[in-house]
Amino acid sequence: MSVLEPQLLVVAAKAFDPADDTPLALNADLTVEWLVEFLRDEIVRRRGFRRAVVGLSGGVDSSLTAYLCALALGAENVFGVRMPYRTSSQDSLDHAAMVAEALALPMSTVEITGAVDGYLSLEPEADGRRRGNVMARTRMVVLFDQSAKLAALPVGTGNKTERLFGYFTWHADDSPPVNPLGDLYKTQVWQLAATVGVPEVIVQKPASADLVVGQTDEGDFGISYARADRILYHLLRGYTPDKLVEIGFPASEVGLVVGRLSSTHWKRHLPTSAMLSTTSINDYYLRPVDY
Amino acid sequence: MSYTVAVAQIKPKKADYQHNLARVAGVFEQVAHLSPRPDVLVLPETAMSGYFLEGGVREASRTAQELFTNLLARFRASFPVDAVLDVVVGFYEAAEGRFYNSALYATLSGTECPEPSRIVHVHRKFFLPTYGVFDEKRFVDRGRTIAAYPTRLGPAAMLICEDAWHSVSSAVAALQGALSLYVLSASPGRGFEGATTGNLQRWDRLLPGIAEEHNIFVVYAGLVGFEGGKGFTGSSRIVDPWGAEVVRGPVFDECVVSGSVDLDLLAAARAGTPLLMDLESNLGDLSLMLDRLVRGPHELLGANL
Repeated sequence: MSVLEPQLLVVAAKAFDPADDTPLALNADLTVEWLVEFLRDEIVRRRGFRRAVVGLSGGVDSSLTAYLCALALGAENVFGVRMPYRTSSQDSLDHAAMVAEALALPMSTVEITGAVDGYLSLEPEADGRRRGNVMARTRMVVLFDQSAKLAALPVGTGNKTERLFGYFTWHADDSPPVNPLGDLYKTQVWQLAATVGVPEVIVQKPASADLVVGQTDEGDFGISYARADRILYHLLRGYTPDKLVEIGFPASEVGLVVGRLSSTHWKRHLPTSAMLSTTSINDYYLRPVDY
Repeated sequence: MSYTVAVAQIKPKKADYQHNLARVAGVFEQVAHLSPRPDVLVLPETAMSGYFLEGGVREASRTAQELFTNLLARFRASFPVDAVLDVVVGFYEAAEGRFYNSALYATLSGTECPEPSRIVHVHRKFFLPTYGVFDEKRFVDRGRTIAAYPTRLGPAAMLICEDAWHSVSSAVAALQGALSLYVLSASPGRGFEGATTGNLQRWDRLLPGIAEEHNIFVVYAGLVGFEGGKGFTGSSRIVDPWGAEVVRGPVFDECVVSGSVDLDLLAAARAGTPLLMDLESNLGDLSLMLDRLVRGPHELLGANL
């Protein structure tokens, strides 16, 4: 009998699986608790507001934000504002109303069609991108004015994936001073939304900016959120694009994600000021946002 | 010797020293009426200003003497004239034209107490995190020593946050004779995949590890509240010399965490696992190895033995 008998059990590490979503899975309850505390602390204690105003698009991001704000401040202190343009889908309006009803929070509807078309009548040649930006910026005009009217802090709804892709209108969607979702990938937003009870029809539907009829985010990107998030997750942790391809991610998808990320760094910063002195703001004169 | 610790985990108001001093005065008022009344009150890293100040360190820092004088006045307003309280508190320190992230250990006593009021020790953060969300080296200088020092409650040492993430720091403190180790922290929560945040899991491994390895008491004070979206994870606690948690505070809420530190238990713990004595015995060889590393940091130690 061989001294090697019986053969030893081999305990092998699991091979890397590019389709594995485990790294993106959150402890949803813990995360929700954290974000609720974040909202209380940043809105009430730091900024002295007791109320919040959220633009309700009928999508999962603003719905989750409304749920979190309701948990943090009480639903009666969260104002939902629908801001439809004439081409906005009825589903979007219905789903926003569904959230307001489910949470029993006050909701108003401010049509932006008049304001948007009033300006665009002067720019009839504006293409879809320009028209979408005008709508997004008009919505922020409304949201901030509603903030002043209601003494309620605007709360942002942008998620980490769209921030990393630059998939938002600069100084519009990203302008509210407090954002609970900004460090959550889209797939994580879906996970939390299901946890807090956002209606399934909202969680399950294809994400859309609803600026053009039939538009979907994933159609615009050319990659699904699930696949993009897995690549972004590893990229931001320091994996190089070559390493991602080596461990099994499709080169075309890695290239697409890296391209979007690399071309939009400017959208994640304040405007560039010419530095002239040794007291240049945010270069030399450094004070945090809550100082 | 046994003594009572109270850890006040608070949310300081950003860069508002007077407000935070008043907050500490309120804590004095509260703990003066606790039973048993604490012998030492511990507050977290940067409790007098908040943690993320960037260049605001210049405005929010104070000298250790000024902080001590201010604390003594507030103490005497709350405690009986014959009372004494040791206090450990984190603050941005201005000293000799430099700024530090420091911890003050002071004895505060009433006008009719025989124990003199005094600054016992100031620890300046030795390891300054400067990566990711942290940028300390840009705004403060590092301390040059980790030191145990005598107190009326036995030998003690202080570490500030990343100091404790390096196992060598607590080893140095314990080798110098510290029996109580105060760890002050402002630890932003990050990593939400597990049962608790990733940073707390790290502390949950580190603090019992420190206590158990050196058989010392570890008192941890964690800041709470959010600063610019970064939330600190509190969880102040006392860990006994076997690594067991005596008491722990919540993650989010301000509170006072109180418990007893019985230094008489150290002998039993050390008799069971005399690792500190083993470390002492081997210190000469370790020192030689470390010295070679210092003189030739890029040499592989093993290749030269």
